[in-house]
Amino acid sequence: MRQRILAWFHARPNATAWALVAPGLVFLVAFFVVPLVMMFSYSFMPRNPYGGVDWGFTLANYQNFFQELYLGILLRTTIDALACTVICLLLGFPVAWVISQAGAWKNTLLFLVILPFWTSFLVRTFALIFLLRDSGLINTLLQKVGLIDEAIPMLNTHFAVMVGLVYGFLPFMILPIYTSLEKLDLTLLEAAEILGARSFQQFWRVVLPQSAPGVVAGSLLVFIPALGSFLSSDLLGGAKTILVGNLVQNQFTTARNWPFGSAASFVMMVLVLGAVMIYLRVRDRDQALGGH
Amino acid sequence: MNRLPYWMVALVSAVYVFLHAPLAVLVLFSFNSSKYGVSWEGFTLKWYQRLLERHDIMDGLLNSIIAGLGSTVISTVLGTLMALALARHQFRGRQVLEALLYVPIVTPEIVCGISLLILFVAMNLPLGITSITIAHVAFNISFVTVVVHARLQGLDQSLEEAALILGADEVTAFWRVTVPQLLPGIVSGAMLAFTMSFDDYVITSFVSGQGSATLPIVVYTMVRKNIEPSINAVSTIVLLATTVLLFLSERLGRDKPLAVES
Repeated sequence: MRQRILAWFHARPNATAWALVAPGLVFLVAFFVVPLVMMFSYSFMPRNPYGGVDWGFTLANYQNFFQELYLGILLRTTIDALACTVICLLLGFPVAWVISQAGAWKNTLLFLVILPFWTSFLVRTFALIFLLRDSGLINTLLQKVGLIDEAIPMLNTHFAVMVGLVYGFLPFMILPIYTSLEKLDLTLLEAAEILGARSFQQFWRVVLPQSAPGVVAGSLLVFIPALGSFLSSDLLGGAKTILVGNLVQNQFTTARNWPFGSAASFVMMVLVLGAVMIYLRVRDRDQALGGH
Repeated sequence: MNRLPYWMVALVSAVYVFLHAPLAVLVLFSFNSSKYGVSWEGFTLKWYQRLLERHDIMDGLLNSIIAGLGSTVISTVLGTLMALALARHQFRGRQVLEALLYVPIVTPEIVCGISLLILFVAMNLPLGITSITIAHVAFNISFVTVVVHARLQGLDQSLEEAALILGADEVTAFWRVTVPQLLPGIVSGAMLAFTMSFDDYVITSFVSGQGSATLPIVVYTMVRKNIEPSINAVSTIVLLATTVLLFLSERLGRDKPLAVES
């Protein structure tokens, strides 16, 4: 019997592949694709005041979202996410470069970036609260040294939210850039140097173009979670900074307006897809040029 | 390292301090006997002892472990099978599958959480350990597939061919040749899946119900209520668990960095 079954699969390579894929695929479709489709359709339905939706079709949720108040939140979230991405890029690129050049220290330095990458975001956010609050370590130390008399309010500010976002997502930027820098052909740099290129020119003309896929992948991996984040603004920003993530969370918890929350999520997904499109464009162009 | 300019070394050192100092401080003060403020008043283990007396934390830990183990086993099996298909077979629909695998990786966690909440409520599935486990499998499958796939690409297929030529059938060759070779990749994928499940707050917060709070949910509630040294202690334990798992996983999956190359 076993031989017969094996022979059947052997004659049908497509069937073998699909037999391997099927269980995982079914799960992904049932618990990832179907929920997304449901969320999308909920965004066009009227609200049920007890949570959930009533049957029907309406554009009211989107009309509601595209008002000054919510567009302001969307704009501020996008700006924050972009700012976070730029800061992570400026801080992360040198780190990735140093790791790629670190020789014997490479694995240790890399592990020290991977560790926070996988560490609980919640725990890391709490670590920041512990430092930034009025009676936290930074304020206490500054007061003891005598630099300040009154605690500087740092927690529950926009500053704290940005620190939280950068702190949370910086490893997501470093790792992909490192991956592409590791493949960099160092002889190209030597050639550039022999030909008289200054270090800035070497960076701009040789290093940066070769690491473009890593830069774009890293930016994507920072931008997407920053766009959807709500823990940082929730715990570090107090009630002052509301991002789209907080808005969505609120609609599904206290406000109980699921269709409106779905519409806001869907707008967020459109922004994410836009970012992914840009990434795919850059990657394909890069592969067309013969890079990898 | 001699070609690096000073400003770059300084900047990079500062980044490393920024990444690690907050956690180091957090761990240090979990051993501080002062309850208020951050002045050091001597070494103590009392915050750790206090954790043992708290039922919410112990229940949370238990829930996290159950959901973590369940989702890890399921996502590792399903993900490994998909990785095998991707690495060994050319089949119709392959590109669609690869694109689909990236959907969970690029979807913001909050969107994943609310869409699953919508599904579970529509299915009348009570929110609890089952719904949490399903949600964790949903976001873990892709990561496991990517990690195991990366491992498979570096694998020597000729050993399997040799086994087949020497008279083993596919099933025997799979269990005796492929799986042992692939085991480090599978284990490292599984450990990452467990870590992600164990750490997840955002998605879990939407799909957990009464009595099924996992450890991150309990920690979140504690942080919201008031800042006390017990949070430092529980955070330290979470950090320690993650570090050990990650270290083992790194050891096993040496030649590929754990970053997702999307």
